[in-house]
Amino acid sequence: MSPTAIVINSLVCLALLFSLLKSRKKTLKGLKIAWKAAGKMLPAVLLVIVVIGLFLGFVSPSFISDVLGKSSGLLGVAIAAVLGSVLFIPAILAFPMGASLMQSGASIMSVAAFITTLTMVGFIFIPVEVKELGKRFTLIRNGFSFIAAIIIAILMGLIL
Amino acid sequence: MKPPRKNTSLNDAPSAPWYKKLRWDWTMLALIIPITVTVSLIFPDKGERVADISWSFLLEMVYILPAVLILMGLFAVWVSREVVVRYLGAGSGIKGLLLSMILGALPTGPLYVAFPMGAMLIGKGARIANVMAFLSAWACIKIPQELMEIQFLGWRFAATRLLLTASLIGVMCLFAELIYKRLPEKETGEKKPSLPTQ
Repeated sequence: MSPTAIVINSLVCLALLFSLLKSRKKTLKGLKIAWKAAGKMLPAVLLVIVVIGLFLGFVSPSFISDVLGKSSGLLGVAIAAVLGSVLFIPAILAFPMGASLMQSGASIMSVAAFITTLTMVGFIFIPVEVKELGKRFTLIRNGFSFIAAIIIAILMGLIL
Repeated sequence: MKPPRKNTSLNDAPSAPWYKKLRWDWTMLALIIPITVTVSLIFPDKGERVADISWSFLLEMVYILPAVLILMGLFAVWVSREVVVRYLGAGSGIKGLLLSMILGALPTGPLYVAFPMGAMLIGKGARIANVMAFLSAWACIKIPQELMEIQFLGWRFAATRLLLTASLIGVMCLFAELIYKRLPEKETGEKKPSLPTQ
């Protein structure tokens, strides 16, 4: 277990303990919600794990670094951003995927673009957003999010 | 290896078409596992790599996912949506923007439950920029998600991205508000923001 995981787990344990002290009933309800969510997420988690394995096992790192690596520059960022907007992957699973891309040679910029559009621009949510908030709001918000994601990615690449 | 549960059977679909009953995640899993196994048998050396990588990612998930889910569960019982609605729209200027973002970052449900909340806020006369900030933060800054990001991509990556995202959302929302106000309302076929029925 990495130190990060240990820190996170201890913090959550602390929160759990505090919650138990405050209200047992509420805590149990929260744990039930967590358990249910785990059941719902299980297939997607397994799927992502297998896909990452296949991906890193078969796609050569040189191919990934050609498409999404430092040398691909802005084009790689654009590809990653479009992929992130169109794909629908639960955000929690986006991070392991991003990590696997990075392991095989994708640049920080592309990974940041992928993760940011994946969470910020939701193609599949557009119909609901239009229904609730109107076309004007939806188009502006998603359009700006896309641009913001690319700016974030470029800045990430420059900073890190 | 046996695929977990195959619900692609064509026979047991009396009323709804079979593809509507399909759960995409189980189906994909049922498809990909045989493919992986076959391909790994054909290329044993690569298959071994696939197994190694999948195993190490599985372990990393096992270390972190229970904590993330428990945290989400705790938020669900301690911070209700009513609390979020109560504080939304409070504060003005930078303070209002920040507050909207913080409220959006609380893990209180999937994105589509935030849309009616946003519509209600606009109906109540909240600033467009604040509603945009709230929805954007809801979409991409979530406290449990950040834990995953730290675990898989590291502190530096997560912190930098979080800071950049938060500041860009702020700037973006102000710009977006300007454009929103300039665009003609009629042509977009927009209904008057009404109170949500839920």
